[in-house]
Amino acid sequence: MPRIEGVDVPNDKRGEIALTEIYGVGQSRAQEILDKAGVDKDDRPHQWSEEQTRQVRRIIEEDYTVEGQLRTEEQMNVKRLMDIGCYRGLRHRKGLPVNGQRTRTNARTRKGKRKTVAGKKRAPQKK
Amino acid sequence: MPRSLRKGPYVYYKLQRKVNELNASDEKKVVKTWSRDSIITPDFVGHTFAVHNGRQFIPVYVSENMVGHKLGEFAPTRTFSGHSKTKVDKRTRRPS
Repeated sequence: MPRIEGVDVPNDKRGEIALTEIYGVGQSRAQEILDKAGVDKDDRPHQWSEEQTRQVRRIIEEDYTVEGQLRTEEQMNVKRLMDIGCYRGLRHRKGLPVNGQRTRTNARTRKGKRKTVAGKKRAPQKK
Repeated sequence: MPRSLRKGPYVYYKLQRKVNELNASDEKKVVKTWSRDSIITPDFVGHTFAVHNGRQFIPVYVSENMVGHKLGEFAPTRTFSGHSKTKVDKRTRRPS
């Protein structure tokens, strides 16, 4: 199992897929990387030669922001929005959708699990 | 889709004129504006704008980080102060 950027890349998957194990590398980037390294994208990591592995590792390290560094960058971007107090920052703070989606329904990814609110009818009774 | 680069950033011409005046005279005055759609350019930095939100003017002190955003982004138009308390109480009571 070659270790790239602190992540174990699975040996038994096709190279193109195996590389997507790394945060910040999806299929298109994986293909790009393998192209540049001159590796067949169908070859599995255990079939790579020493040299090829080294190439792949070098390309990722030099040309791409991945893993921790990428996460930090993302967080910084969000933090900037929150610090300047712009609309998008406020949405991030509240944990609501940022890009103008509806929140009357859906938006569960951002809002999390439903918090059930009891019906209006019963409210007077409890008072 | 982003604005065409050919056009350059949009700033309401009257607002730009006021900012130019402030920069030329080295003054710091609050600029009242309704032009929420104007983009904050680097020469806005350090000035305070009173941006209209439809009801009031919200004071916005422009810092370097804000360049590229629009003035309106800093003056929210909606007031939402949460749902009513009684409902929240019911929700917490429910599991018992």
